[in-house]
Parts: sequence; structure tokens; C-alpha cells
Amino acid sequence: MSENTDANGENNAVPAPRDTGGEVIRVRKGMFGANNGGDTSGYGGLIRTVTLPGAASRPYGGWFDEVADELEGALEEQDLLPENAIEKTVVDRGELTFHIAREHLVQVARTLRDDPALRFELCTGVSGVHFLGDKGRELHAVYHLRSLTHGRIIRLEVSAPDSDPHIPSLVAVYPTNDWHEREAYDFFGLVFDGHPALTRIMMPDDWQGFPQRKDYPLGGIAVEYKGAQIPAPDQRRSYS
Amino acid sequence: MGLEEKLPSGFVLTTVEQAAGWVRKSSVFPATFGLACCAIEMMTTGAGRYDLARFGMEVFRGSPRQADLMIVAGRVSQKMAPVLRQVYDQMPNPKWVISMGVCASSGGMFNNYAIVQGVDHIVPVDIYLPGCPPRPEMLMDAILKLHQKIQGTKLGVNAEEAAREAEEAALKALPLIEMKGLLR
Amino acid sequence: MYTVTGGDWDEVVESAVKSDDERIIVNMGPQHPSTHGVLRLILEIDGETVTEARCGIGYLHTGIEKNLEFRSWTQGTTFVTRMDYLTPFFNETAYCLGVEKLLGIEDQIPDRATVIRVLLMELNRLSSHLVCIATGGMELGATTIMIYGFRDRELVLDLFELITGLRMNHAFVRPGGLAQDLPPGSVDQLREFVKTMKKNLPEYDKLATGNPIFKARMQDVGYLDLAGCMALGATGPVLRSAGLPHDLRKTDPYCGYETYDFDVPTADTCDSYGRFLIRLEEMRQSLRIVEQCIERLEPGPVMVADKKIAWPAQLALGPDGLGNSLDHIRNIMGTSMEALIHHFKLVTEGFRVPPGQTYTAVESPKGELGVHVVSDGGTRPYRVHFRDPSFTNLQAMAAMCEGGQVADVIVAVASIDPVMGGVDR
Repeated sequence: MSENTDANGENNAVPAPRDTGGEVIRVRKGMFGANNGGDTSGYGGLIRTVTLPGAASRPYGGWFDEVADELEGALEEQDLLPENAIEKTVVDRGELTFHIAREHLVQVARTLRDDPALRFELCTGVSGVHFLGDKGRELHAVYHLRSLTHGRIIRLEVSAPDSDPHIPSLVAVYPTNDWHEREAYDFFGLVFDGHPALTRIMMPDDWQGFPQRKDYPLGGIAVEYKGAQIPAPDQRRSYS
Repeated sequence: MGLEEKLPSGFVLTTVEQAAGWVRKSSVFPATFGLACCAIEMMTTGAGRYDLARFGMEVFRGSPRQADLMIVAGRVSQKMAPVLRQVYDQMPNPKWVISMGVCASSGGMFNNYAIVQGVDHIVPVDIYLPGCPPRPEMLMDAILKLHQKIQGTKLGVNAEEAAREAEEAALKALPLIEMKGLLR
Repeated sequence: MYTVTGGDWDEVVESAVKSDDERIIVNMGPQHPSTHGVLRLILEIDGETVTEARCGIGYLHTGIEKNLEFRSWTQGTTFVTRMDYLTPFFNETAYCLGVEKLLGIEDQIPDRATVIRVLLMELNRLSSHLVCIATGGMELGATTIMIYGFRDRELVLDLFELITGLRMNHAFVRPGGLAQDLPPGSVDQLREFVKTMKKNLPEYDKLATGNPIFKARMQDVGYLDLAGCMALGATGPVLRSAGLPHDLRKTDPYCGYETYDFDVPTADTCDSYGRFLIRLEEMRQSLRIVEQCIERLEPGPVMVADKKIAWPAQLALGPDGLGNSLDHIRNIMGTSMEALIHHFKLVTEGFRVPPGQTYTAVESPKGELGVHVVSDGGTRPYRVHFRDPSFTNLQAMAAMCEGGQVADVIVAVASIDPVMGGVDR
């Protein structure tokens, strides 16, 4: 069965995903996620790529254009080409996301906070996401910035490869990110350069590994009943 | 602990056992070991409607050195486990442990890297109390069952005999995985 | 050589500080009766003054976010409800709003479900604030207020039990709506409850608000001004006690909050006492919203019409409490094989959610509770991250406590109202 799968993968028989240009985060094979020959559904050779929503084109709609214009203008004033800093802009499900190149993150965040027309005063912390299939951009750090002045919320997304998990720290701009960045470090191994004290926060100090990465097992144990044993949730057959 | 442990087996010892058990069960001092959701229900048990004071144990001790019952109320994380053991070690004998809620008893629904799969890995447990979280009535039931157990506690040579019997029974007992039949 | 510029004085002060054996480091917690759960405070104390304060957290880390990745979207509510165990309905609603946004079915949620969500959330706000005031009082040594708080909380929990079947950890709000409709007789009980609470709430005023000891312990303690709140990202009563009327129910409404009539109380004292007053007032406002919800309850469905999403949660009261509805089982087992297959697939496999990510936030009693949900198009969440207000607000502990007295640390922490289940998740 595995030979068929490989052959199918090479001859590009895969139908094109609905929205092209998005990040491919995963290639799904077979029907039920069974990868040891247990897929008897007849769809064992099925291959589908999973992509996140791709870059949007102007106009974005609503106040999104205004924020994007202001941000680009403010960055140009600081002699930073917007296309260097902003990798792409995604509008999906009524939310605006700027993908920022990591070396420019601090400058962009400071601009977003200080520019009177933007004024995103409140950062609601950082959430790490680990996309194992997104080669070269495995680790994502997602920031949500809220503007109390204008009543808006946007998202910044920064990525780093697994081999070099460094992202500049935003603590100097948003002190509230202190614990949030420690948490993202603790769970994902994202190293926030410039953080005043990047140590583990949730797990014990001597813990090995970063438990919420996708390649870290759930760590559950099999549960015994009378005459039966139920494997841990991550060891069971799954549907995705 | 004292003289009562040195008494020879017989009529005097059983009388002392009954007296000591009665005294001990009538005034159990629980140590607060509230961890998560169950801790809120434990506090509710101590508050007005359920009124744990009726059983002579409304005073939750802040210090383990003044307590003889530890109610482990909630999920025990790997980081908390050494702390829990230290608190248990600080309690003077005789001491008892109620494992309140499924998380403390078996890890419950949190079968993962962070949670100790049952507090009996760390301390000996006298009463397992299921529920997520158990109702205050269930906690009181567990406490009353513990009172019965305390009442029946053996002393001196009788205690040694009881411990030996318990060990033999445990050695003979069938492991769970080898048991057959209905889930009873 | 002594100079007027005072270089040597610095040395004198330094040596005095060094020889000061009053300076000790106290480790408070993680098992301490007044630290609000398993919070560890590391205090450097000079006499009675706290010179430095740090938090140690993670003693209740449960790995809920990781566990969610191995369960279906609907099963997720069972986990998130146990995060901040004092505000289960807020966790569930925030999570479900996120999933619904990813599914693109926000507009299809029935009105009745939304009204009941608001109703439950506001009742939950009451119970959470009552526990905050009760335990805060107990940590000050005032056990009477603790008895009062838990007395009234029991009334709220009775309602929860009537409606959801559980006192805590309900998993009642589901993606697409609710697990069940309100049981018969609940509206009458809700009305009765509002009447009772209107009688009971002024008792807190009488007992605590004007109480000189209470005021002496609370006023000017745990001071954090607006600049500090903004820098540290504090939200909820902590931010509103600094005078900014920021409440997501008003500024970024969800669940139709813009159509309800209520006020956002603020204070300008920036201290624990102000936060206490705000919580009292918020409970009154919550009662107002509950009353409006009762008036708005129209008969109708409580789950989306889309049978591909609506979890078949038909339950009926059996001899052992709740159980599956016999009528439903008879239907799927006896009359329609397709219905049985559908039920089986939906319950074991669950529905698929299109790839993407979303951030939804609700105003929990502690502040902004945000949920970042990422889907990879599967039947399970790819990543769920909770931005818990307790976690963020607790960072302000050092700013509030340093330079104050040891006894005031307890008051300051209690006024933040951190729940460690939410902090550590």
C-alpha cells in the first residue's frame, strides 16, 4: 500500500486545493489516519494537501485597508520597505493577519503600538503553533494586538524553522508578553531573543523536551480495566 | 506512638483500641490540600449549607504539622508531586489520605505528560472518592466512611497482625488485567 | 574623604543594607492557605516590607491544550470547561464561538441558544465574583463573608444543576448551540433566584463596604495605575479599577451583548477596595442582564439545524439520573439505518472544520479570555491556546506588592482573583 501512495504522490494526481497560494501545513494520506496497514476503507491511497488560507489582495474590506495603509506608510517613513517586513497579508473569516519577517518584528510592533492612527496598546500574548509539515517555517508565533482606542484587533504571525527557533522578544514593547513568551518557550522551544529571563514557567525546571510540540508524544499511559486495556488517546486509531 | 502500642494482645488492648478510635474519629483535623476544581467543592463542604462542623472537622489546618487528614482535592501535576509528598511527610502519625475526585485517584481524563496518574503513586490512600468534582455530599460520605475506618484502627500487636494479613491478601489478589467477568 | 556629591554615602547605605540581617527570602506556597490555590510566591522581605516579589506558577499545569488535540471538536468543551473552574461557561462559550467562526456558522446559531449562553455566563459571573469576595474575605480572616459568599453561590449552583445537570464543569455549551434546552420550571426558578439575590446582594454592602477594618485592609493596597495596567496587559476589574471602562461586552460585543442594557462600573482608586466595589456592582449588572434574558427567552431550537454538526445529545431522565433518550435510541436503532450510521459517525469521528485560525474573546469575570483556535481541516483541533486573564493579570502581582507590607500581599493577590486552573491550564 505504501508503494501506491508514493506513486500517487509523484504523478501529481492530487486535485488542486480550493484556495491556492496558502501555506501547505500537511499532506493527508489515506482515510482514517491509519498508517500501519489498518485502513480497510478503500481510500488508503488518497492524498490531500492541507493549506491554510492564502494571501489576500486589495481591497481587504472595512477598516483593514486603513490599518494596512497606515502600517505601510509608517514603515516607509522609517526607511523600511513594507514588502520586506510584511511577507503577506491574509484576510480570513473576518480577521486580518500580517505575516511579519522575524527580523523586523520588534519595529513593526513598536509602530503598531505608537502610531496614533494604529495604536494597538494591548497585546494579548503569544500563542505558539507547531506545523510539522510546513518545512522551513515549522514554528509559528501568533500575536493578537487589540486597539482599545479604535476598537480593532489584528493578528501578527511570525515563523521560524525548527533548526533555528529564534524570534525577537516583544517584552520591550509589550511588557505583558513576559510570561507569555516564557510559556511559548516552555511548550515549543521558541527562543525569544532579548527576553529578560527566558526560563521554563509551567513545567519543572529540569524537564526534558518541549511538551506541546507536535513531535512530543501526549505521554498518556494505557488504562487497564477488568480484562481489557485501552491505549492512551494518542495511540488509538484516529480519523484525521 | 505511645504506651498503647506496647500493650499485649487481649481485652485491654481492644478496649484501648476502641477508645482511641472513637477519640480520633471524633475530631479529625484536615489539612488544606486544595488543588483544582475539587478544592472549591471542598470549601463548599466546609461552608454554610453542608456544614462539615457537624462532624467535628470544620477547622481546616493551614499547617500540615497540626493535621491528621489530607484531602488531596484535584489534579496533581508532576511539578506538584514532590510538594505533596513533603506535606504528607510533615504530618504527624497517625494520618489518613482521601483522594478526592478522579484526577487525584487515577489521573482521570487528563491522561497526559503533565498529570500524575493517581496520587497513590506518591502517598498511601485510604479512601478513593470518584466524581468530577464529587458533590459535597459525596465528600461527607467519604469522610464518614473514613471515620468508620479510623474507629476500627488496630493498635500494637493487633496492628502488626492486620498489616500482615493485608499484605498476604494483596499478594494473592489477581491483577486487574487478569480479572474476568462483568465490571463490578 | 566625604564629598557633597555623595559617592561615599552610597557605600554607607550599601554596607548598612548588607549587614541587615532582617532581610530574608520567604517562600509562600505552593501549598499555602491564602495564596488562592497552588500559587507560589517568593518574597524577599526586609522586616515587614516586601522588597521583591516573584511568582512561581505551573503547579497545576494540566496539559489541557495538548489533550484537546487528541479529541474531537465537540469533546473539546469537556476539557476547556475545566481550565478556569470558576468560570466554566465562559471557557466553553469562548471556545465554541471560535469553532463556530471557523465553521462559518455564526449566523445560524439559534437565538434561544445565544440567549441561554448569555444567561448562563451572567449567572456564572455572579458565582465567580461571589467566590472571589468570599475567599478574599477568608484570606483576610473574615469568615463571615466567606459563609455569605458560599451561601449565595450555592443558589447559583442550584440553577446550574437544574439546567445542566452538574454543579461545576458542565460541558453544556457545544459548538453549534447547547447540549440541552432549559428544563421545565427553570424560568420560574430563575425569577425566584433574581428576587432572592436582590435581597442578598445589599448584605455585602452592609457587611463589608463601609466596614472600617475591611476598608483599612483594602484601601490603597495593591495599587496599580492605568499606565501599569496597560503595560502589563491587565484586563477585567483590575483595569476598570484604574478608571478605564474597557469591557469586551461593550467594545467588541459577542453573543448579542450590544442589545442588552447594562453599565460598566469603574473606579479611580486603582486599589483592592475599588476592585471589590467593581465586583459588587458587576454582580448587580449581571442580575439586570439575567432579568432581560428571562424576558427574551422565546421557544425554539437550541442547536444549529445542520445535522452534520449538531451533536445528537438527546438525553432523558432515566432511573439513574441522566441518560440517552430511549426514544432517540429506538429511532436510530429500529427505524433508520442511515440515522444510526450518521449518529455513529458524528459521535466517534466528529465533524471536520475547514483549515484556518481564529481568535475569539469574551469578557470573563477576570478579564479578557481569548481563544486562539487553529484547524488543519481535521476532526480534531490542531492547536487551541487560551489567553487566560488570570495568567496575564497575575504578572501584575510584583508591581502591586513590592514596597508594601507582607500582609498586604495576600490582599493584592486576592484582588487580582487569579484561579490557578486558568493560570496553568
